[in-house]
Amino acid sequence: MTSLPQTTGKKLGLVIDLDVCVGCHACVVNCKEWNTGGYGAPLADTDAWGDNPTGAWLNRIHTFEITPEDAPAQIVHFPKSCLHCEQAPCVTVCPTGASYKRADDGIVLVEEDKCIGCGLCAWACPYGAREMDPAENVMKKCTLCVDRIYNENLPEVDRTPACVRTCPANARHFGDFADPDSNVSRMTAERGGMDLMPEMETQPVNKYLPPRPKTRPEAEGMLAPAIAPKANEGLLGWIDRALERLG
Amino acid sequence: MHPAISVIFFTVMSGAGLGMIFLLGLGWPMPTGPLAAFLISLLAGGLTVAGLMSSTFHLGHPERAWRALSQWRSSWLSREGVLAIATLVLFGLYALVWMVTGERMAWLGLVLSLFAAATVFATAMIYGQLKTVPNWHSMWTPVCYLAFALASGMLLTAGIGTADVLLGIPVALWTAAALVIAWVAKLVWWNRADGTGFSATGSDTGTATGLGSLGKVRLLERPHSGENYLTREMVHQIGRKHAKKLRIIALFLGMAFPLTLSFVAMGAGQAAILFLIAFVCMMAGLFAERWLFFAEAKHAVSLYY
Ligand code: SF4
Ligand code: SF4
Repeated sequence: MTSLPQTTGKKLGLVIDLDVCVGCHACVVNCKEWNTGGYGAPLADTDAWGDNPTGAWLNRIHTFEITPEDAPAQIVHFPKSCLHCEQAPCVTVCPTGASYKRADDGIVLVEEDKCIGCGLCAWACPYGAREMDPAENVMKKCTLCVDRIYNENLPEVDRTPACVRTCPANARHFGDFADPDSNVSRMTAERGGMDLMPEMETQPVNKYLPPRPKTRPEAEGMLAPAIAPKANEGLLGWIDRALERLG
Repeated sequence: MHPAISVIFFTVMSGAGLGMIFLLGLGWPMPTGPLAAFLISLLAGGLTVAGLMSSTFHLGHPERAWRALSQWRSSWLSREGVLAIATLVLFGLYALVWMVTGERMAWLGLVLSLFAAATVFATAMIYGQLKTVPNWHSMWTPVCYLAFALASGMLLTAGIGTADVLLGIPVALWTAAALVIAWVAKLVWWNRADGTGFSATGSDTGTATGLGSLGKVRLLERPHSGENYLTREMVHQIGRKHAKKLRIIALFLGMAFPLTLSFVAMGAGQAAILFLIAFVCMMAGLFAERWLFFAEAKHAVSLYY
């Protein structure tokens, strides 16, 4: 049934820290590597070594530039994958029941055997989180590595989404947002974790932590008094005076 | 949005077919005899079926299309499929009775008209429901689809039917009125779409990234150097190049010619052939209109690219 569950037991999702992401694309690559052999059809590429390579990816990094009115521009690397929305419009539009949101943990999945490849769910998603597989013609999307997080064959440390596991900067965190004491809930509360395009009323589960405020060069920093050279005090002052006396 | 030919063909053709079924159901006077009944039903049903068949061409897995009938409780696309099939089954029944007994069952006709209209409404709602495409997300979208289905269906029905005057009004005035209503609705739609953009939801790159409060946000680098499914399907821009010219073509072929021909037909004593020429013109105009419906629509995902 493509009706959404009233509520989900757990709300599994990611926190993505925009202050920390260095834009290395390691999560993108590890996501593709894991998911091309995991859940459902492989993630195909066409013309992979040619002039016009294209393919299905479940996670992509965009890079934005923010220009404040009164400060120099700043760069933010911006990873984007399915946000496992509570009011997922991609699920309700699906005519076949292939797209669904799990009532127990809130993960949004596609049952690929049922998918007719109409593409309507990708049109309904504001975030561009769904891509049609160019070889299998079924809709692909982030599964939150459903085949890792519950997988008892993996060492416990690996029972987390591939992107989270691989991020060398620790910019991605996985957890349960339904539990107010979980790592992700606490981080969201502390750092003002935000929704993307809240006006689309999708109620994303994944949260983004904004970059921390930068110290502005013109503003007096805390260390400034210690750094500024003072020629009339201490050793420097003594040398200064001694050199002066030398004529 | 990428204007897929199969979907444009689907909405225009089945719109006209369902418009004609709607008018047949209401009892529009038609030539008598089993052969006429058969050919007329074949035409109206054929247009609708051709449109529906074409819509399956853009599916990745047409062989699973039957599955799309299952989620009518939540999905407009599913409802559209269910309603289209119900309409066609009812129409088959109506046509059978008409061919065999020569009688056109009035009550069945009314139910049929209701289903035909509901099908067109559901088709329009597939697009109208999408908050991600502000141009489409309006009740004017189903109004336009319904009015165009009625107007194009009426030109065809007038060309085949035997009525000169309906409810005391010449048929040519009916077709003229249907055309004017449809294009006025479309002008309102265009006007709204031109002025709306993403301002309807207040979305911009700032809300898309959540970084708007920190300053002006612009894309510095795409995630990859080439195209992908999203940029091809939803960030498609090439189709917008000739938007102005195509609008004028749509208005000429879809409105000015058929309207003029309707009036000439009135002077000429309802010459059927004029209505049929008007119908063909209008269909061409609607292809241009439908192309723009897709090509000019901007999707929220374009804010990330
Ligand atoms: S991010 Fe897109 S694909 Fe994922 S649940 Fe939300 S609407 Fe659906
Ligand atoms: S592409 Fe597949 S999953 Fe998406 S709406 Fe169509 S049938 Fe459902």
